[in-house]
Amino acid sequence: MLPAFAVLLAFQLIGESLARILHLGIPGPVIGLCLLAAACIVNHRLRDFTQKAAHPIISTLSLLFLPAAVGVVQFLPLLQSQGLALGVAIVVSTALTLAVTALVFRFVVHRMHLEERE
Amino acid sequence: MPNGAMQNVAQLWVYLSASPLLWLFATLAAYAIADRISAATNRHPLANPVLLATVPLAALLALTHTPYTTYFAGAQFVHFMLGPATVALAVPLAAEWGRVKRLAVPITIALFAGSLTAIFSAVGIAWALGAPHAVLASLAPKSVTTPIAMGIASMIGGLPSLTATLVVVTGILTAVIAGPLSRLLRMKDHAAHGFASGLAGHGIATASAYHDSRIAGIFAGLALALNGVLTSILAPLVMKLWS
Repeated sequence: MLPAFAVLLAFQLIGESLARILHLGIPGPVIGLCLLAAACIVNHRLRDFTQKAAHPIISTLSLLFLPAAVGVVQFLPLLQSQGLALGVAIVVSTALTLAVTALVFRFVVHRMHLEERE
Repeated sequence: MPNGAMQNVAQLWVYLSASPLLWLFATLAAYAIADRISAATNRHPLANPVLLATVPLAALLALTHTPYTTYFAGAQFVHFMLGPATVALAVPLAAEWGRVKRLAVPITIALFAGSLTAIFSAVGIAWALGAPHAVLASLAPKSVTTPIAMGIASMIGGLPSLTATLVVVTGILTAVIAGPLSRLLRMKDHAAHGFASGLAGHGIATASAYHDSRIAGIFAGLALALNGVLTSILAPLVMKLWS
């Protein structure tokens, strides 16, 4: 698992370096994600190898957000002055975004007859 | 308890509460318990593990008067793993590349529709309710992963720390409501459900989409990356309308 983990770190490192050199405004890990996806599509042996680290790390993905989420709780009182506007905006916008995205996705799949024939 | 033993306990607490070990352990323990509860409720949307673990941890910090910086000295080891975990999302995505390619058109159209909806609805509603410009700019990138969102916020006149807060709140909210909303819409397509989750609620919703199904998780990870890139282009353009 650790050598596979090193591959993930290597791609993050390449991503971080490119983000800084090219001033892309996109974080290194997201660039690393794109590069590793491209590499794994071309090279199936690399894909199966990195799978050993990718699977366990993805299965505990929720855990990794705890430090940030705990930090956010400290900031919540600061939201009070704009609490109503922010609360309504986030709740309505999130529900609307979810519905629009999923329904548009389904609509296009249906129109193009892309449904799975399994 | 005799006085001397009391003093020892107090000294031990002073030592432990300042060491990374205690807070790293507390983070992992809170998660382990939260994940157990989530699994025991058959992954009920309200029993979201991030939500369930955050509340007692934050309460513990408040009760023990522990500053966040002390907590983070331990929790940073967990936080660091977000980078490699983001990269790791590439692996299952590559394994399902055939399906992704076949759905390229719905993915692209849903991406633009969802990304514009996320920005316009959030900024528009807050604007209608009288929020000042800095708050609108902080809200615009709320659906994308924290580092991208903070970068966008600082570029368009928002407050990055407010954005970080809004991003996490949006992520948890998305994880909680995505499942019930999909059932309400009779959405049985795991790809569409996952794609919407990752687009609206970045990594936190991607984590919960992986609990729904492997395909939902893969499409959530794809949406997280695509919407991160697209929002960094669209949010500054949309905010020009409000300046």
